[in-house]
Amino acid sequence: MKRVVITGMGWITPLGNNLDTVWKRMCNSESAIAPIDRFDASSFPTKFAGQVRDFDWKNYVKDTSVHNDPAMNSQFALGAARQAWDQSGLGHYKELNLDRAGIYLGAGEGVLDFSAHSMIDTHAWDVEDGKIDAVAWAKFATKQLNEWGEVEQEPNMPLWHVAKEYGFQGPAFNCLTACAASTQAIGEAVSVLRSGDADVMISGGTHTMLHALGITGFNRLTALSTFEGDPKKASKPFSKDRAGFVMGEGSGMLVLETLDHALARGATPLAEIVGFGSSADAYRITDLHPEGRGPAAAIRNALAQANIDPTSRENGKPPVHYISAHGTSTQENDSIETKAIKLVFGDNAPDVPVSSIKSMMGHLIAAAGSVELITCVMSIQTGMLVPTINLDNPDPELDLDYVPNVAREAKVDCCVSNSFGFGGQNNTLVIKRFVND
Amino acid sequence: MRITLEFKHRVLNANLPILQEPPPHEVFLFVVRPLGSAPLGSDPQKHRKGSWVGLTVQFASMPEQQEKIVISGVGVITCFGVGINPLWEAMLEGRTGLQRIKRFNPSGFASQVAGELAEDAFEVKKIVPKSHRKATKVMCRDTELAVGASMDAVASAGLITAGTNDETPTIAPTRVGCHIGAGLISAELNELSAALVTSKKEDGTFDLAHWGSEGMQNLTPLWLLKYLPNMLSCHVTIVHNCQGPSNTITCCEASSGLSVAESRRVIHRGDADACLSGGAEDRVNPLALYRQHCTGRLAETDGMGDNAAIVKPFSEDASGTLVGEGGGILIIESKSSSDNRDGAPWCTIDGIGCKQSLTDSPLEADPKAMASAIRKAMTEAKCTASDIDVIVPLGSGIKQVDNAERAALRTIFGEGLCSIPTVTTIPYTGNCMAGNGAITLSVAAKVIKEQTVPARLGSDSTVGIDAAKCEAKKMPVHKVLVLTPSEGGQCVAIILGRIKA
Repeated sequence: MKRVVITGMGWITPLGNNLDTVWKRMCNSESAIAPIDRFDASSFPTKFAGQVRDFDWKNYVKDTSVHNDPAMNSQFALGAARQAWDQSGLGHYKELNLDRAGIYLGAGEGVLDFSAHSMIDTHAWDVEDGKIDAVAWAKFATKQLNEWGEVEQEPNMPLWHVAKEYGFQGPAFNCLTACAASTQAIGEAVSVLRSGDADVMISGGTHTMLHALGITGFNRLTALSTFEGDPKKASKPFSKDRAGFVMGEGSGMLVLETLDHALARGATPLAEIVGFGSSADAYRITDLHPEGRGPAAAIRNALAQANIDPTSRENGKPPVHYISAHGTSTQENDSIETKAIKLVFGDNAPDVPVSSIKSMMGHLIAAAGSVELITCVMSIQTGMLVPTINLDNPDPELDLDYVPNVAREAKVDCCVSNSFGFGGQNNTLVIKRFVND
Repeated sequence: MRITLEFKHRVLNANLPILQEPPPHEVFLFVVRPLGSAPLGSDPQKHRKGSWVGLTVQFASMPEQQEKIVISGVGVITCFGVGINPLWEAMLEGRTGLQRIKRFNPSGFASQVAGELAEDAFEVKKIVPKSHRKATKVMCRDTELAVGASMDAVASAGLITAGTNDETPTIAPTRVGCHIGAGLISAELNELSAALVTSKKEDGTFDLAHWGSEGMQNLTPLWLLKYLPNMLSCHVTIVHNCQGPSNTITCCEASSGLSVAESRRVIHRGDADACLSGGAEDRVNPLALYRQHCTGRLAETDGMGDNAAIVKPFSEDASGTLVGEGGGILIIESKSSSDNRDGAPWCTIDGIGCKQSLTDSPLEADPKAMASAIRKAMTEAKCTASDIDVIVPLGSGIKQVDNAERAALRTIFGEGLCSIPTVTTIPYTGNCMAGNGAITLSVAAKVIKEQTVPARLGSDSTVGIDAAKCEAKKMPVHKVLVLTPSEGGQCVAIILGRIKA
């Protein structure tokens, strides 16, 4: 089987817009959660989020005129991809075969113009009929909506922008499996590379649902935290009083290559992707399987592909040194994820550090998995485990090592990254320190 | 052994002697011998210095040992109803399903015709298992279509799943994957607006503060879950208890084809034996129709004329496309799995190519990318242009896209393109976007099964391609090329083959 390595990484996140800044802030246990100022959320049940700030996509592209008014998710994607591209050094590699350079993103839809849509929908409402007057709706829509803004909402638009920026013409996919999307995209990108259809893939995710309708939807699901105190304390994965996730936004992008390709051009692999597992809960639309069947299957399949026995010991330690949890801070997810980790790792489970960066930057939805995978690579490179902050009130039912509140030094050679989506799609990646053997 | 070498600007097909059998997908050394030169000696180095040329290349074809993948079942839902047969019968008769939109008054739109299911043609509640009936309340139309097509596909393949009955499933649930393409699902405006209107101020403006504190409470709690694109896969996996890898590809018209590509990859890497694969989308919704209008791709029509002649694929006077609702689910399966039960598969999947366009706009199609995708599919299928009997292009009636498709096909087929019949579905069903590729693949499979090319609608004449209006005809069909370019630039070419007796 072809070996696949990571040679470039980049992210745009609520904690900052480059690798070093975000990493330092996470190691310092900082939270990016703050009151929403993108729209007036003061009357909403949830008034805070992890919002990307001080970011201008124009600084990350060669020629802004090539990109016609990209939606915010495309802007984030361009920002993260530029960092990954620069780190990979591919820009200096003249032999890159663009027909064998592909893209697999887990990108969400563009931002809906809620202000315009709400105005149109209410004006076109026929009170007598109790339904929309479609003729009036069409008239208002034609006047009020930005046509290109509607086109940019298609979830494959970030893919187009990234492909256009770098000239990639190989296999191109976008998937959208809710919160699991970018982990799934990276796993499938690895599969494309192993199949021989490409030498290089840009992969990752990008998303923002930080708009009035997005917050509305998750508030109605009662999935979002409505914490009344300091917003920085709202996201508290694995805590007894966890009460919902906190919305985030952003993008994480990686350059993946076959090892042969990377070595042939003299690139330095940052880590190797050794396993990918995917499963479906096939249980209920609103609930996870109570035994963690789907998440456990995804973790187990990923470890099997990596030839790792999770119950074994190496030099007295478990073979996995860190798990980047999906860790959303909802009662159900954190409980089921803990159960799944125990199912797979058995007696080793308490000895494997697990943390959730969603405690610090919120939930980046489709982009969450890619940002969390980058966190794993940074752990291998720096020998630091980032914490789960706000874990002041441990849940006695959740008894793993969640790296509470403070970052920790550790020798990390192998990491697992979990992502589980609304709708029951579960995905896990396994990465290892790169060793050229 | 036959090898295809892809250089920057040309492709060389030739019978080449191989020094050493290459391992799958590995870089290897082989030697090209000029025609008429002496045969290989024992020392290739020696020959390389003489009249031989040594090259290190990437082995482009699929490994010999990879298992054959088949389509063992076909489930379709279009404006003609559930199943491939109602669509097929209409296509044999040359009868379009496009008509003036009835679901809402389309008079405010320039494009008022679509491929819309009759109100009584399909009710998802009646076809799902009793245990899933309650969940139909939180299905959007796109999900209903996907679930409908999945029930048809599973029956077509002769599979027992949790969705068919309580017997032991044909294939273990953990070995069944699900890859369903979906679009940007548009909210049902009546449902959303009924809640929004509660926050309308007396002066007619929208009161966001009221919405946040009270208005949103009028929206059903699970509202968001109706509109996540992965809900198509979510419901289908629950209905049929598919616990293998599951994904939702969102690449407009290419979604279904890319889903099939992913299903095949998942089976090849050993993560499943079979996958429910395809896509579905409903564009017969004011918001969805408006969004398509924004692309400038729709034909303007009030539906009072001949609806069979509005979409004219590859015609000089093509004026745009029309939308539809529909899609399909195919059962993509390893041949060994399919061989374990009675009934022959519909066809084999011989080759797939997926590429990305480089155009100035995501709304433009790129002939170079499409040609590259076709070439990749042909390399995998170990066939040449002359082996393709029928082509099923997107054939949308959008002039720029049609021109790009024709240019790509001419690059591959040359003058021979005029003698290869095409099959175009959009004049029958409308463009079902994420579901469209599953419809074209299903029709292609049916063409192989029936050894028949259905009638075409559209224009009386086309230039450089056999795509004008014509009657159905019987003919031997061994290989069919299905080509799909998409809004957003992804394109996928799939070659289906006849099952050898």
